[in-house]
Amino acid sequence: MGLLGFPFLAGCDGQLSVLDPAGPAAQGIATLWWWMFWGAAVILAAMVTLFLWLWLRPDAGRSVPARWWLVGGGLAFPLPVVIALTAAALWWGDAAARRSAPLRIEAEARMWEWRFRYPGTAMADSIGQLHLPAGRDVEIVVTSRDVIHSFWIPRLGGKIDAIPGHVNRIVLRADEPGVYGGVCSEYCGLGHAGMTFSATAHADWPQETP
Amino acid sequence: MTPIRRHKELDRIWKTPRGWGRLSAVNHTVVGRRFMVTSLVFFAIGGLLAMLIRTQLATRDSAFMEPGTYAQVFTMHGTIMMFLFAIPFFEGLAMYLLPKMLGARDLAFPRMSAYGYWCYLFGGSILIVALLMGAAPDGGWFMYTPLSSSTYTPGISADVWLLGISFVEISAMSAAVEFLVSILLLRAGGMSLDRMPIFAWYMLVVAGMMLVGFPPLILGSVLLETERALGLPFFDPTRGGDPLLWQHLFWLFGHPEVYIIFLPAAGVLSTIIPVFSSHRLVGFRAVVAAIVTMGFLSFGLWVHHMYTTGIPHLSLSFFSIASALVAVPTAVQIFAWFATMAAGRPRFSIPMLHVGGFMFVFVFGGLSGVMLAMVPFNSQVHDTQFVVAHLHYVLVGGFIFPMMAAAYYWLPHMCGRQPVQHLSHAAFWTVFGGFNLTFLGMHLTGLLGMTRRLYSYDDPAWEVLNFISSMGGFVTTIGFALLALDLILLVMFGKRARRDPWGAGTLEWATPMPPPSYAFAAIPVLEDAPDGRRIAAGQGLLAVPRGQLETLGVDPLTGAPQQIVVLPASTFLPLWTAVATGGIYLSLLAKTYLLVPPLALVVVVLFLRWTRSTPPAQVLDAGRGIRLPNQSASGAAPSLWAMRFVIAGDATAFASLLFGAGFLAISAPGWPPPGWPEDSVRTILPVAVGAAIALLRPHGIAAVIAQGLILAGSAAALWRIEGATDHAAPASLAAVAAYAALHAAIGLVIAAWAVKRPRAEQDISAQWQRYAAIVGAMSMAFPIVLRLLSSAAA
Repeated sequence: MGLLGFPFLAGCDGQLSVLDPAGPAAQGIATLWWWMFWGAAVILAAMVTLFLWLWLRPDAGRSVPARWWLVGGGLAFPLPVVIALTAAALWWGDAAARRSAPLRIEAEARMWEWRFRYPGTAMADSIGQLHLPAGRDVEIVVTSRDVIHSFWIPRLGGKIDAIPGHVNRIVLRADEPGVYGGVCSEYCGLGHAGMTFSATAHADWPQETP
Repeated sequence: MTPIRRHKELDRIWKTPRGWGRLSAVNHTVVGRRFMVTSLVFFAIGGLLAMLIRTQLATRDSAFMEPGTYAQVFTMHGTIMMFLFAIPFFEGLAMYLLPKMLGARDLAFPRMSAYGYWCYLFGGSILIVALLMGAAPDGGWFMYTPLSSSTYTPGISADVWLLGISFVEISAMSAAVEFLVSILLLRAGGMSLDRMPIFAWYMLVVAGMMLVGFPPLILGSVLLETERALGLPFFDPTRGGDPLLWQHLFWLFGHPEVYIIFLPAAGVLSTIIPVFSSHRLVGFRAVVAAIVTMGFLSFGLWVHHMYTTGIPHLSLSFFSIASALVAVPTAVQIFAWFATMAAGRPRFSIPMLHVGGFMFVFVFGGLSGVMLAMVPFNSQVHDTQFVVAHLHYVLVGGFIFPMMAAAYYWLPHMCGRQPVQHLSHAAFWTVFGGFNLTFLGMHLTGLLGMTRRLYSYDDPAWEVLNFISSMGGFVTTIGFALLALDLILLVMFGKRARRDPWGAGTLEWATPMPPPSYAFAAIPVLEDAPDGRRIAAGQGLLAVPRGQLETLGVDPLTGAPQQIVVLPASTFLPLWTAVATGGIYLSLLAKTYLLVPPLALVVVVLFLRWTRSTPPAQVLDAGRGIRLPNQSASGAAPSLWAMRFVIAGDATAFASLLFGAGFLAISAPGWPPPGWPEDSVRTILPVAVGAAIALLRPHGIAAVIAQGLILAGSAAALWRIEGATDHAAPASLAAVAAYAALHAAIGLVIAAWAVKRPRAEQDISAQWQRYAAIVGAMSMAFPIVLRLLSSAAA
């Protein structure tokens, strides 16, 4: 819906665009974003108009009692908005956090490349290239060998940090076969800008050996 | 006595000497101005770095800077703007304004202001020198480990940051204590808390936040520097440490920091908007409640910088709710301003133009902040250009625009001249337009997937947006140059302003303009309306000069006159003490550790010399038939209050240390450690006995003996710890034992000094003695607690 506002967006190749989702996690967040974007635009316009109106028309708003401003504007207006928004986001985030998937792929970060392993499948280990089946949930297990990195495939979903000494997980799904861009999103030293990878979603996936 | 004669006599007592003597200045007007001017120089340097960043990013595959240079530039841009510009600038403004708004002649500890200023200047200068030498910190302004550890950042650059910022923060901590005590004690007669100017309320909350906000950062910096220099592995996951501990300590400071920067600016708005609306602030009590709420909330949302670190979603939801709820106290303040405008008759003026700029930019940044508080959305845009855009909207909207309003509003007060309109408009619109051109599109750059801190990229869509941002950045810089020109022209050629040019009717405008060294010829009494002429004619308290620097001390709640506070005159002691402290800092940086103990001794001796100016106990005539004790006789001396606040700040650092060690025991990999040191009666017994004595008899020679015992026991405990470089568990035990030993050593010095001092000063010492005893006792129990935690987690 919101693409109406930015027609030229659709023209980009969309390799890393959050606004061009290709999986359910990214899709949900993009929907959340457009709701928040239009809501924020309305609130901003209302606040600035109110300020200009009060400033440039000195008699404006004099009949409104002080209490109404404070209780109405300070409590009654923001509280329901932030409560509703936070509740929706938490409900959605909780559902996303509870998901798990039988297929696990290990992503190990180091300065400055990503290494992927596919335990239990016939897929060979790879560097800088992540392979995953299309149309199915995959759990990525993210670790780091040296400093903090962050694993991010914007078109599939949010990011998760690769922290030495910790094991983090994120569940992603690519709806369609294709190639999606991935980056390290936490500054990790001189080679940070080049620490990219690609994620290829395959229609065919080798038989898993449990 | 004629007003002219009173002026001459007061000025002789209060004035700052000329020539080299200016280095001995302690007066709040002089030191406050220095803070502001110095921070503006750092702002210009930070702005220059921003231009380098925008040049680098203007085109794809830019060859302007190497990645290593670029890393130094973006790290220093953030560091300078946060630590060397924003905080010192509002400290300077508050230092300048608070006494004048409260009806006092100076702050409670003028020499601490001067000492803080020198520490800030030296520490900041070292960072700039490091930048010029190409050895500036380069790990980003939040210095995440392990990237900033000695393995991945060998050399001096990270040490420059950790030591330099800690050194600069001496000024923030001293300002926090000074503001708290000054606001609570040094006010006009009869100014009760509920009649206090709203700006002072804001600064009271801000100072309280600084007092407990900075210690976690300082403690974290000390721990990381210890890891880098001595190998104690607090943050190394291969030896029982955890990089997440740094993030917790950093953001435990770092998020309140945003509100510490915003609230003084909001205080300016709450002062200015009523003046230009010709109506008192509507909802005064609601605003006070809102800022106190904001102060508390701000300490409960640091984890929203850590949503993507793998913390369980349930824990995140708590921080997400707290982050979103901050919108409520913010809305209360904005609508109180709207209500004030509605009730009064708002008029046009240059400061109000900047208030308008604030309204658009800050509300925008606040709304994107609510978006970022949502966990799923945050996981997409965290660490992208979206966040860069958001934080600039919040900080430029929430700080720069209000401070520009403050500059136009109070410059007539500082220099006695009136703004000229024409250039001011052009400057405002250029900054406002340029800023939005820079950062509006940057939200989209982030959504298109561009992460922050990239020195190079190859996406053509990003290039269009980045090019627009870069052009906007240059326009903004031109705007700031116009603003600087306008303000310089104002100071040099503006026409003379009459007293209270905006018709504010508040106390700070009752001083002559520019203000004299003593601010008020007589301490105002609040039953009279603030009237500059009557004050100059000596109507008020302490109007008869007595050859010493006197201001009124009041009851913190009711504002009833309680004591006469005699302040120190100009002195070089703060400068020399800061030079010696700077020597410690440079020796740590150069790793010449042998120089540290003698320099520390020099610092201690110099600090003890400060106490010589304490006046003997006396009861004096305050005028209007009131006789009041001076601070040595009142039993409620400002230094007694200061000691309480210092202990509160220090206890926050100690609590952060205990929290940190407990956090490692519960969540770091590689626990429990291979072994624990055995408890020994030889270490526990002296500390227990010493602590008991210090708690029961914190005065006189008993306190000296008590602290000696605690010091001996803690030092022995420290000595017995083995393998502190092998695992974070013994390292934590060593840190806690060293903390106790240091506090006992300070207690020993203070106790020995206090033995022959009057009772009032012994009481101040006693507070520290009791606190150091508690720290000592807790440090003895700590190994047992840590072991229990560790086995419970395992």
